[in-house]
Amino acid sequence: MAASYFDVDGTLVSSNLVDPTVYYLLNQATPLASLRKVGKALLRAPAMALAELVDRRTFNELLFSAYEGMSEDRLHLLADEIVDGKIIPSLYPAARDLVQKSRDAGHEIVLVSGSLDFILAKVAHYLGGCTMICNRLEMRKQTATGKLLKPVVAGPEKARLIREHARQNGHDLNDCYAFSDSYSDIPMLSVVGHPAAVNPDARLALLARAYDWPTFRLSEGP
Amino acid sequence: MSHPCLITLDNNSRPRVLFAGDRLVEVDLPAGTRVLYPKPPLEPLKDVDAAIRHAIAHPYGTEPLYAKLFPGMKVTIAVDDISVPLPPMRKPDVRQRVIEIVLALLADYAVDDIEIIIATSVHRRMKAHEVRHMVGDKVFNAYWPKRLYNHDPENPAAMAKVGETEEGHVVELNRRAVESDLVIYVNLNLVPMDGGYKSVSVGLCGYNSLRAHHTPQVMRNCHSYMDPKSSELATIVERMGKIANQALNVFTIETTVNNRMFGRPLEFLAKNEDDLTSTEWSLLKGLVKATAKLPQPARQAIFERVPAPYGVTGVFAGDTEAAHEQTLKRCNEQYLVPIEGQADVLVAGIPYISPYNVNAFLNPLLVSVMAQGYLFNMYKGAPLVKKGGTLIITHPCTDKFDHEQHAPYIDFVHQLLPETRDGYELHKRYEEKFARNPAFLEMFRKGHAYHPAHPFFMWYWGEAGRQHLGKVIVVGADNEYIPKILGYETARNVSEALYRARDGENRTQDILCLHLPPIVMGEVRLPRGGA
Repeated sequence: MAASYFDVDGTLVSSNLVDPTVYYLLNQATPLASLRKVGKALLRAPAMALAELVDRRTFNELLFSAYEGMSEDRLHLLADEIVDGKIIPSLYPAARDLVQKSRDAGHEIVLVSGSLDFILAKVAHYLGGCTMICNRLEMRKQTATGKLLKPVVAGPEKARLIREHARQNGHDLNDCYAFSDSYSDIPMLSVVGHPAAVNPDARLALLARAYDWPTFRLSEGP
Repeated sequence: MSHPCLITLDNNSRPRVLFAGDRLVEVDLPAGTRVLYPKPPLEPLKDVDAAIRHAIAHPYGTEPLYAKLFPGMKVTIAVDDISVPLPPMRKPDVRQRVIEIVLALLADYAVDDIEIIIATSVHRRMKAHEVRHMVGDKVFNAYWPKRLYNHDPENPAAMAKVGETEEGHVVELNRRAVESDLVIYVNLNLVPMDGGYKSVSVGLCGYNSLRAHHTPQVMRNCHSYMDPKSSELATIVERMGKIANQALNVFTIETTVNNRMFGRPLEFLAKNEDDLTSTEWSLLKGLVKATAKLPQPARQAIFERVPAPYGVTGVFAGDTEAAHEQTLKRCNEQYLVPIEGQADVLVAGIPYISPYNVNAFLNPLLVSVMAQGYLFNMYKGAPLVKKGGTLIITHPCTDKFDHEQHAPYIDFVHQLLPETRDGYELHKRYEEKFARNPAFLEMFRKGHAYHPAHPFFMWYWGEAGRQHLGKVIVVGADNEYIPKILGYETARNVSEALYRARDGENRTQDILCLHLPPIVMGEVRLPRGGA
């Protein structure tokens, strides 16, 4: 059996990792706490912008440091609102079809995302059940430390995790598929036999054309 | 005495000018070579609209269209896609004329639940501007995109099973058509393999039904595609079409066009080189030189920017089988030229266009489709070339693909063909897996790519030619590896190719040159005792 590995943000949904984070920051226990959190995040914004250009892993670590001090209960409680109110509405209409076509072809569906596990689990459930390779927050006394547990799912690490998943589940990578929108996911796309650029950014579109990778936009079509 | 369209070259004959993709090349053929030219265009109908009205009011084998109508009924108009005619027809396309007249009639009978479906089967979806060109502004503005759209066979909700043949072939068709009170099929019958039962049962079906007849074995049993009575493909399609017509109320409107493919500036391309005036000959020589020097996009533009001034030669409506019988007669009248005996060597130029690359580049797989598929099959009776004979083609075989339309072709040519050219192996080992490729299916459904099964069907299309021909030699290839992948030999010029066709031996060869486009078909009569 083969597997289809899907990046999520920008690929299956039009939202990105920043959207849920902003929602959490704006929905703290008190308005003052929200203000404090947003202020701190704004201070980190230039560093995050730079990291996004250079290294997706550092970007993720900076982004998720905003979760420091949030209680596990609150994270899970707000996850429902974020998924129902933000992520599901931003799912491309054709995304479910694409996942279903992969399932019809007998593939194991694997979401490979920088998103947090408790959010991605709900998306996976909505898509009909999927395996997840995603980020997890470090918790101490039911409170987020703002650090990510290793391995941090981003960039080249996605490729290593896909290789590991394929080996553990008996998938031949030559028969596997990967779908992503971002140039930063070139390692993930390169590790499988059937890469595809979905809603690609300009750099990925150029590379996909050079290597004859299938390219399409989930926002197009009938 | 031979037909005026079949001429024999002598020592004073001019060189022939053949297509080599979007180039034109001069070819020296030995004296004694027979050259088969297209027939002059049939006289077009003087009043096409009147002919359409007459056809739907006086149909073959069924009651007139108006008698089938009642207020509030659900009607689906299905229409042939951009794969015909080649190149696209100068405005107004005959399909526009038919649809406008049919819509006016439907309005008179208070029928307003109407949808127009482009019967693409597993071809690429037509783009909005292509649809507008085909159906005209008025219909496009009123119906696109909600009530005028491309068929989508990969949407399970949009398909419905209507039955099965005794052989177990599943007939699955577009649900909207199946659930309609009346399906009006508007066809443009370019060649004899088009139309008839194929229109609904292929145009509105999907992979599950196509796989019944698009197989290497079925393709080998077609002698030829252009002669439905000798084509297993046509036989199976007919069986499935009869099941479809039992379930659906189908009213067929077929149209035929003449072979006026080139407009005034390029009209001389269809003529015998020896009959050209000195001005025309100079123009032709100039075109040969220009296409040799111009960059590829400019060459493509020369031929694509001039829509074909096809003339409509017939409109036949009514029962699918009865109307199609008339269509076939008119098609054959335009294309068939009698020929005595088969040749040892067939020489043909591969043009820049095929049914599957309108507004795109003719990629290597389509070169093989044109060579061993279409050109080989341009016959009735017996193949133009003897069993084990040679086909010499002129084409650069450039390793170039349209990334949007032909994405699945790239993997097929570069990953599968180097493994095997055996149609049965490809069918058995790879076809279904490829056809379910989710990335290619998405490009097919949401973009403008051909279905991932299509490159397989295209390869099978050449099966009969591959079985019959001894070798294919390509002249003018710009690389060695594409011909090798396709199983072709290469030669620098036609003289070298002819030398290799006779294996270097000094023996006479019966050479036939197929001078097309426009389309011509040979009706081959074998000498007594011939095979």
